[in-house]
Amino acid sequence: MIVALSATAIVVLALLWEISMPWIDRRLEARRASRARRRTGDRGAAYDPGRERRAELRARELLRSCVNEEEWAMYRDLGFLRVWGSQSDPDGAGDLRGVDYAYLIYPHKPIVAYLPQTGRLLNEYCVEFPDETRPFGSPRLPDSDDVLAKWMALQGDERRIILEANLHLPGRQVDPRQVQRDLWRLGRWERERMARALRAGAEQLAEPADG
Amino acid sequence: MKFLRMRPGFGEQLIAEGDVEVAEEERELVDAFRRQLDLGMWAAVPTVRSDGRRQAEMVRAFEEIPRDTGRVIFFPRAAGGAA
Repeated sequence: MIVALSATAIVVLALLWEISMPWIDRRLEARRASRARRRTGDRGAAYDPGRERRAELRARELLRSCVNEEEWAMYRDLGFLRVWGSQSDPDGAGDLRGVDYAYLIYPHKPIVAYLPQTGRLLNEYCVEFPDETRPFGSPRLPDSDDVLAKWMALQGDERRIILEANLHLPGRQVDPRQVQRDLWRLGRWERERMARALRAGAEQLAEPADG
Repeated sequence: MKFLRMRPGFGEQLIAEGDVEVAEEERELVDAFRRQLDLGMWAAVPTVRSDGRRQAEMVRAFEEIPRDTGRVIFFPRAAGGAA
């Protein structure tokens, strides 16, 4: 009886430790950063209304230099990015079993997973990249940096970012109607883009004959 | 090779730059890399596949960075968002 209770207590303690570690890490990091700021006498930079805008412009350039041309155009025109998932194993034990799925990346909003073939929303993955050094008081990256961080993390180690995120059912933070509208906009955007590319190809082919 | 770090209010900042073929500069890059990881940063390398598709690789050690890469981007590690 005592052995069983002890084993249960150990398991509970281990689980609590596992759950609380990220929170403790963040608190310690925030405290270290705050102490460092106090040591250097940094009382916060003067208010500069253009700072966030300049930061966002720099972040957009960095994003543009990293993602594919189509993805950049998608973000510029629609305000979000789509990234295809890569964890759908045809022989796997999960529900997807080879079915294509994708993510929508919004700035400073959860990553939304969905099935492109049906438009069904799967999950919201709430994830942030807080910079606790808070150089100007806020831990938030510029919008485009947040998008790029999510894009790189999904491209580079999808499993890791998904494990770090808080998982919720669709609709917790992002309105499902907005997502459905965005998926419809994305479909229309892709069709128009395809049509433009076809027209341009046809014009190129026709040019020598006209000349 | 350039090390860039995303920061609130800045966009990216250049935090280190050097030639990995020069031993002293490589050592400085290794130190800078470790410092960033110790600060809790994640590191990613933008890459281009043979078919031209752009991707990214997450790297956890300096040795994992492709020698010919031009830049490594550091960003704060992910934390579960508003629960």
